[in-house]
Amino acid sequence: MNGLRTARRWIGDHLVLGLGLLVLAYTFVPIAIVVLMSFNDSSKQRNVYKFQKFTWDNWLHPGSWADGMADSVWLSIRIALLATLVATILGTLAAFALVRHRFAGRSTANLIIFLPMASPEIVMGSSLLALFVSRGFPLGFWTILIAHIMFCLSFVIVTVKARLSGLNDNLEQAAMDLYATESQTFWRVTFPLVLPGIVGAALLAFSLSFDDFIITNLNSGQEVTFPMFVYGANQRGVPMEVNVIGTAMFVISIAIVLGNEIMRRRQEKALAA
Amino acid sequence: MATLDDVAAPQRRTKRKLTGYWLILPGALWLLVFFVIPFYSLVASSLFDPDGSVLTGYDMTWHFGNYWDAFNQYKGQLGRSLLYAGIATAVCLVVGYVLAYAIAFKAGRWKNLMLVLVIAPFFTSFLLRTLSWKLILADDGWVVGVAQAIHLTDALNIVGLTTTDDRLLATPFAVIAGLTYNFLPFMVLPLYASLEKVDFRLIEAAGDLYASPMRGFFKVTFPLSLPGVVAGTLLTFIPAAGDYVNAQLLGSTNTKMIGNSIQSLFTTQLDYATAGALSVILMVIIVAAVMAYVRTAGTEELV
Repeated sequence: MNGLRTARRWIGDHLVLGLGLLVLAYTFVPIAIVVLMSFNDSSKQRNVYKFQKFTWDNWLHPGSWADGMADSVWLSIRIALLATLVATILGTLAAFALVRHRFAGRSTANLIIFLPMASPEIVMGSSLLALFVSRGFPLGFWTILIAHIMFCLSFVIVTVKARLSGLNDNLEQAAMDLYATESQTFWRVTFPLVLPGIVGAALLAFSLSFDDFIITNLNSGQEVTFPMFVYGANQRGVPMEVNVIGTAMFVISIAIVLGNEIMRRRQEKALAA
Repeated sequence: MATLDDVAAPQRRTKRKLTGYWLILPGALWLLVFFVIPFYSLVASSLFDPDGSVLTGYDMTWHFGNYWDAFNQYKGQLGRSLLYAGIATAVCLVVGYVLAYAIAFKAGRWKNLMLVLVIAPFFTSFLLRTLSWKLILADDGWVVGVAQAIHLTDALNIVGLTTTDDRLLATPFAVIAGLTYNFLPFMVLPLYASLEKVDFRLIEAAGDLYASPMRGFFKVTFPLSLPGVVAGTLLTFIPAAGDYVNAQLLGSTNTKMIGNSIQSLFTTQLDYATAGALSVILMVIIVAAVMAYVRTAGTEELV
């Protein structure tokens, strides 16, 4: 009887885990296809999105990439870097304010930070467009950047806040007890501890910005970012080189995430010891 | 506890208070100017005289008729958006719950890795991943073959999710499949956060009191994870209802969602008045739905 129950329990446990892994595997199927298609030779039939023949060419000859793609990637990288920089600085400051300081209007601030994450992109994008048009502000690089900083901010604040509020202030107290000044304590103790959260937030901001389509498409004027290039290419036939960019992005991001995770673990081990 | 703080209190407290304001000021201003104020511009543009154009300029005529016209003209797309997003959210809830449950209770030391894998799809382009579904659901692909063999295509055709019985691409089914796939992580993460807080001993207690695993789940685990269910459904439903990329890449002209209309009114037809009105209508419907839902689900601590 007992044996039967254990057996059933074992099956129950592993069934759920197995189903969970199956769901996870399903989320990776399209990524596998992106990787696969980056090796696809579709020089003859571009309008059919189908695997034809294996080739290294898409990876090896960036010079022969589709017209305008390299420019769009470069534009997306520049915007994502700038948006990440500004959003990470403003967001980190705001996160410190919300976790470490008490002031009137905190709940209003929290609400305004929450709302962009819960609004449909199409509504945010069209609101911004209405603002720019009514003020006669020319659409282009700067309007894309402004929009990206806006929607990255909330995600940065939430991510850094999570790290900061999970922090025990024992170490800071110890530093102060050992006569460290406030700024010494901040730069030598607090900041290094929060850093993995900030790096994670910056990475999130970068991928959100690099990948954004709906808001960007409304506020871009004549500029074409990488997602806009892919969207436009869909109508003419997708050049396989876009999958090279997709695959490279994926590999680089995963490497950074793992690096950050290892850094966080080392830190925790060092603290525990 | 008397500390140095108390001695230096009056001076320090005011200084601290101001520091808080200074720290949050730049970010808050950014959101105020580029998130809050634009809503005002949007509402204003929705009341423009519909006879204006971008070139001649719009007159503010408080033309509330825009709303009625926009609603009548686009109610099909509005209904479709809510329906597709609703179905996608329901499927995400079931599928996402399994994954979140597995990570929270069964993953053991692989928990962190699995969580990273949940968000990993975000690291490659959303548009490219959506395009992949074109290939997966292609007419001569094996997915269509299998679906036909098990008569799934017939079933889908009967309930109206596909238009013919031999293809999946360019049908409502494809759009919903795309939405489900793209927004799944938004469901899994809040569900996981909620499940992780559940005290496992309570579930064991249910078992000890002779509740079957099913009963234990529905009477204990699920109610305790309700905040995650509410947050997850909202974070999935809201972006899905406004999305038009899936409808554009995987659907046909008969599967256009409200986002498609708003986008083309703004960027190609340059009809700012109707586009503005549609955006406001979408926002109002979503806010109303969210408030009704949160009230029924009874989760106050959401924000």
